[in-house]
Amino acid sequence: MLTYTLRRLLMLIPVLLGMALIVFFIIHAIPGDPAQIILGQQATEENVEALNEQLGLNEPLYVQFFSYLGNILTGDLGESFQTNNAISEEVWPFLAATIELSFVAMLIAIVIGVNAGIISAWFQNSWFDYSAMLLALIGVSIPIFWLGLMEQWAFSVELNWLPSSGRENVRDPVEPITHLFLIDTLIQGRLDQFVDVVRHLILPSVALATIPMAIIARITRSSMLEVMKSDYIRTARAKGMRMFGVVYKHSLKNAVIPVLTIIGLQTGLLLGGAILTETIFSWPGIGRYIYGAIDARDYPVIQSGVLIVATMFIFINLIVDLLYAAVDPRIKYH
Amino acid sequence: MSQVAENQSPLQPSSQHDEVVSPWLDAWRKFRKNKLALFGAITVIFFIILGILSPWIAPQGINDQNMANTLQAPSSSHLLGTDDFGRDVLSRIIHGARISLWVGFLSVVGSIVMGCLLGILAGYYGRWVDTIISRLFDIMLAFPSILLAITIVAVLGPSLQNALIAIAIINVPNFGRLIRSKVLSVKQEEYIMAAKAIGMKDSRLLMKHILPNSISPIIVQGTLSIGTAIIEAAALGFLGLGAQPPQPEWGQMLAESKAYITTAPWTMIFPGLAIMLTVLGFNLMGDGLRDALDPKMKH
Repeated sequence: MLTYTLRRLLMLIPVLLGMALIVFFIIHAIPGDPAQIILGQQATEENVEALNEQLGLNEPLYVQFFSYLGNILTGDLGESFQTNNAISEEVWPFLAATIELSFVAMLIAIVIGVNAGIISAWFQNSWFDYSAMLLALIGVSIPIFWLGLMEQWAFSVELNWLPSSGRENVRDPVEPITHLFLIDTLIQGRLDQFVDVVRHLILPSVALATIPMAIIARITRSSMLEVMKSDYIRTARAKGMRMFGVVYKHSLKNAVIPVLTIIGLQTGLLLGGAILTETIFSWPGIGRYIYGAIDARDYPVIQSGVLIVATMFIFINLIVDLLYAAVDPRIKYH
Repeated sequence: MSQVAENQSPLQPSSQHDEVVSPWLDAWRKFRKNKLALFGAITVIFFIILGILSPWIAPQGINDQNMANTLQAPSSSHLLGTDDFGRDVLSRIIHGARISLWVGFLSVVGSIVMGCLLGILAGYYGRWVDTIISRLFDIMLAFPSILLAITIVAVLGPSLQNALIAIAIINVPNFGRLIRSKVLSVKQEEYIMAAKAIGMKDSRLLMKHILPNSISPIIVQGTLSIGTAIIEAAALGFLGLGAQPPQPEWGQMLAESKAYITTAPWTMIFPGLAIMLTVLGFNLMGDGLRDALDPKMKH
């Protein structure tokens, strides 16, 4: 297991290198002179030249790439053109906001999706099965940004139940420690703020959870149906084991592998969807950070932001792969 | 025709015509029985007709403004209401069908062409060509796709055309991998070896034998991808990175409607419904095609 983990980690290196290379070249394919763009139309030629020199943009591309790579390895993600701060220092609050949102969304998607799938398989062809699968079908076809807008309209504008934007009550801001506000408020024992943070989380996380929830429900159902046909399940039933135990203990254990795969993939997609959700709900996450940088043509931020999200995606999929072994002892790694 | 086939002795090869037609006919029969797939196909055809006939059937032109009539709720004169410029929402949705379907279709065709080229190169020539192309696909798939699209558009500049290009690029690996695996499996077949032995050229072999064998999975994947591509285009439009105002692209319309969420929710509800129905149609049709054409693909 340890050697397998190490080997998988080593195999990530070329992928990460390739990603850095692709992002680097996409960003450097931008037409026009970044220094000119930063300084604006009125800038003198000397100023543009000086900035180019300062940013290292006069070097050949491969030199720029390797110095960029060297910087990343030492934890230097460059400086934002807008704020002049080191990206590695200013990115964490944004990243934390996205992690909190994605984590809660994935939790909702897994708990509801897996259970809906199990119950649909258990009571196959019942009204529950039909309506759950119809909802799942609609769920995979819904544009997440539209769902977010509809939620806002229904629950914030019309019903006035939940706040429509942001992470916290602006009049009573959370004192950040980890920047994961659910944890921060609990550490400080501020239950009122905790409730407030939860209320802010509900709408965006449900919007973000919808697509993975629908897909997880469909996969769980088909995977469970397959397992429940097998002989040992019939034996368990014949021995007089209660249906609940058969479904949740014996079947689920064996049906979980495809579900795990899809959970890993969906978590990555979730990170993409987070960009859209964050835009709608003014959620100050990494998606907003990158999106704001696109507007301002802040290339170092775009470059490093995209790389951070993509790296997270890769590591999530790695963790899922490693989880297989924990769940299914039949899987042997060589 | 079936009677003829039955009367033939097993040694006599059945006619070429018979063999080519029957799998497609068989697939159509299976597809026709699948009610959800039929519903999907009808929805798709409905929106295609809407898009094609939009200049003639839309009650108003794309940008017919009426400042005396802004943000009107749905009524008999404006079935789906009007937007902030007094433009008829229904008309704009009908005109938008053309844009969304066009982007969805063209970008998927682009992905298929690029994916086929790379997939065939990788699968057929193997070795280092395969290694490079396959690793490239792995890396592209390692990005959340919308993020990659956003990055590409950020570089090319926001426009509908660039959104289309970005969407075509991010979907290339899906088709490339499909074709590559198909080429690899077909390459092992004895008839390919035979064709090679009699001196058939690579290009002819590819066009005559390998591509036709890959058509049904491409159709299935292509149909499902059009739905995804439409959502991706709308997402880029929504972020202001795709279609630009005053184009009536559905995602772009949603972006404009954000400001009127309290006063005119209909400007937001209906474009979104149009996206959802179109995508649902393509998804149902794609699922149905998969069951009909290639049952093994079902997971």
